[in-house]
Amino acid sequence: MVLEHFWILILFPLVGAAMNGILGRRFPHPVIAWLSCSTVALSFLVALLSFYNFIRLPEDQRILTHHLFTWIQSGNFISEFSFLLDPLSMVMILVVTGVGFLIHIYSLGYMAGQSGYYRYFAYLNLFIFMMSVLVLADNYLLMFVGWEGVGLCSYLLIGYSFEKRTAGDAAKKAFILNRIGDVGFLIGVFLIFRTFESVQYLTVFQAVSEQFAVMGTEFGVLGAITLLLFIGATGKSAQIPLYVWLPDAMEGPTPVSALIHAATMVTAGVYMIARSAPLYSRAPETLFIIAVVGISTALLAALIATVQRDIKKVLAYSTISQLGYMFLAMGVGAFGAGVFHLLTHAFFKALLFLGSGSVIMALHHEQDLFKMGGLRKYLPVTFYTMWMGALAIAGVPLFSGFFSKDAILWKTFAAGNEALWLMGVVVAGLTAFYVSRLMFLTFHGGERSEKHHQGAPDPSPKEPSWSVTLPLIILAGFSLLAGYIGLPSYLGNNRLERFLAPSFRFQYSGQAASAMEHAHLTEVILTLVTLAVAFFGLALSYHFYIKDPQVAVRLANRFSWLYSLLRKKFLVDEIYDWLLVGPVQRLSRTILWKGMDVRVIDGLVHGTASLMQAWSHRVKRIQSGYARLYATWILGGALLILFYYYWISP
Amino acid sequence: MISATHYLTLAAILFAIGTVGVITRRNVITMFMCVELMLNAVNLTFITFSRFLDQIDGQIFVLFVMTVAAAEAAVGLALIVVLSRHTGTLDVDQANTMKW
Amino acid sequence: MTLIVFYGLAATAVTAAILVVLMSRVVYSALALIVCFGATAGLFFQLGAQFIAAVQVIVYAGAIMVLFLFVIMLLDPASEVFLPSRLKRVPGFALACAVLFTLVLLEAADRWAAAQVFTDSIAGTERSSGPGGEIETLAHSLFRDYLLPFEVTSILILVAVLGAVVLTRQHHETE
Repeated sequence: MVLEHFWILILFPLVGAAMNGILGRRFPHPVIAWLSCSTVALSFLVALLSFYNFIRLPEDQRILTHHLFTWIQSGNFISEFSFLLDPLSMVMILVVTGVGFLIHIYSLGYMAGQSGYYRYFAYLNLFIFMMSVLVLADNYLLMFVGWEGVGLCSYLLIGYSFEKRTAGDAAKKAFILNRIGDVGFLIGVFLIFRTFESVQYLTVFQAVSEQFAVMGTEFGVLGAITLLLFIGATGKSAQIPLYVWLPDAMEGPTPVSALIHAATMVTAGVYMIARSAPLYSRAPETLFIIAVVGISTALLAALIATVQRDIKKVLAYSTISQLGYMFLAMGVGAFGAGVFHLLTHAFFKALLFLGSGSVIMALHHEQDLFKMGGLRKYLPVTFYTMWMGALAIAGVPLFSGFFSKDAILWKTFAAGNEALWLMGVVVAGLTAFYVSRLMFLTFHGGERSEKHHQGAPDPSPKEPSWSVTLPLIILAGFSLLAGYIGLPSYLGNNRLERFLAPSFRFQYSGQAASAMEHAHLTEVILTLVTLAVAFFGLALSYHFYIKDPQVAVRLANRFSWLYSLLRKKFLVDEIYDWLLVGPVQRLSRTILWKGMDVRVIDGLVHGTASLMQAWSHRVKRIQSGYARLYATWILGGALLILFYYYWISP
Repeated sequence: MISATHYLTLAAILFAIGTVGVITRRNVITMFMCVELMLNAVNLTFITFSRFLDQIDGQIFVLFVMTVAAAEAAVGLALIVVLSRHTGTLDVDQANTMKW
Repeated sequence: MTLIVFYGLAATAVTAAILVVLMSRVVYSALALIVCFGATAGLFFQLGAQFIAAVQVIVYAGAIMVLFLFVIMLLDPASEVFLPSRLKRVPGFALACAVLFTLVLLEAADRWAAAQVFTDSIAGTERSSGPGGEIETLAHSLFRDYLLPFEVTSILILVAVLGAVVLTRQHHETE
């Protein structure tokens, strides 16, 4: 039975990464590609087969563990290398391996002919391995292994073209900011161990439900744990204050942006909170903080996205914004809805990124929106599929994004947070605006591409090969259809929530089920409001970029201060630089480098050497060459020995 | 009554004089002669102990010491001859190349 | 009587030793040394080691010192002029050390005596434990218990002779 051995799916990409990493330099490109794609395909296959068997199990048996070996055993701290397959991790692993596989296929075409081909695929495989470990782990420490591992792969892949200074800097920025978050995460894990004497999920959750059966009123240890873990999530999932690495991470190849910085790695924080639902549902203060941070991030990022010129940067900020939605969902206790949005976002965001990659390829690495236009007739497949993704993210009905986003907004309102709901609606409008802006500028209107105007020897842009377009089509299909597993209550069964319920069984259920839950009419009205705002955003964007482009320009000039503030991303990077980075660098340079390293440590080493030298310079004079002096020394020595024997020794 | 201490004291004094001579004199032959003086003092000590501990081994040892001293004198004087040929002088302070 | 003999010989030995060290001309030092050896031989005699006393005179004073005198003559130190040396304070230091040394040895001697290991004090009678006297005892011990060192010593002398000859050989350039 495949289900019993579900965990072996993590081994395939590991083998692929090892082989490609160590030997890949000598492999021809087709071998490298075939190797890495097949390992991920195998993993996906195993995941699918496991899923097929998984849903055949009765609901209460849908928790499987497999213990590989005991990793650390120290005192009463035991950490196991063991895996857990339950509905939540089942969903996650399907997304990881499935989307991962599609992106591997896409990379065949996108990365063709690049130097360092083997490196790319090795790191990509390694990433799949690490992410799988993260979602399949059954304890916090092993999850952290995957957590760190994906951060490492992110660094390696962002800095793929490490010859470019900007790529290296972006990679470092990503890794360092991740690290800062990880400090919080680790301290949280330490606290978990101290409080519950274990880091295994099931043990901890069981203990939590027993010890904290009644919700406490003050900010206790659970609040601390959840807050610390959340700090880690802000780093990994790009929320305020640690989001600034994600836009820079666009230096990496586009498939990397799609996989890591849209579909999987950045969702690790969301997954972690969903996994820790038993802890979070009992820490209302932290939940509130998460909701506020989430929606603020969503708003901030959406605003910035509206004026970006680089196609990938728009999508990067869009990702940050959508992640904010997911955290908002977590913050109001709608863990299932958050996971739902994670799922749909994986599809349509990956689709958008891969589509933009197709555009970039066709235009020979032009990424400025204002130098595109009219590509509709040259890249038809990309055009149609990307529009499907755009409609999904904008929340147009029938597409998946509509269902997942609406679930979040409804749950927010139903939990009594009208203000947050309102902000969420505004963000929906902005989302519709910027994504349609992106589409209009890229595919519609006149052709602004420079190369084309100059009548370059290169003919008009061409649609890339099947390896690029096939994943686009598949993802577009999912962007359309994935919504139907999570229908709102007035339209039918929310299959996803029911499926995920066992994973959240330790959740605190003391909150009175809100009467609002069943107020279907309110829900429909709110949905319509959201739709109206979204359509308004679409229409505005149409007006600005198709009907009357001058309006946008005039508006920008009128409110130039606002425009440039948005363009400059609210100067957050600059503030960080001035506040934190600059002082740390100065401190390192003056005190730690010049002071400590040069003076103390080097001084110690050189000092010892010169001390030895000076000393020996003097001591060597004993060997004067005069035999009589030597005889004198011998006499003196003999005297000392005699002294010792007759007066000191008993 | 003359006890062992008298003889040992005498031997000690002779030894000390020999040591001072070895260190103080610059003529290499004189140095060597002072070494013989020291050996002589040691012989005296051995004989004293042989007498006062009623064992013959001390005298045996003295016999050996004398034999070795003779051999040593032969070789040592040969070396002195060579040294004086090499440095052109009998001053031991001129043979100071055994240094840093 | 014994006392007078002892102190007389002792004084002679010490004086001769001091003269060895202090005399400026090498030949005088050598002669003083011979006197010292003679005095020591007398002391050996007084201690009952007649054979050793005889050997002292024959070998030490008779052979070794003659060898010394030969070499002195060969190297003609009378014409030596010593340049000033750079070691100035060595004599004082050596003297101090020697004094200390003596004191230590005296202390050692005292301890030996206090431990009462010594059988008796000398009374002037000869020691003899058999018809042959000391020589017989010596011979018995030498040729039985110490036979091996005895044989090795003969080889040692052979080596010394060869060494002396080889070392002082002058190498003439072949034309």
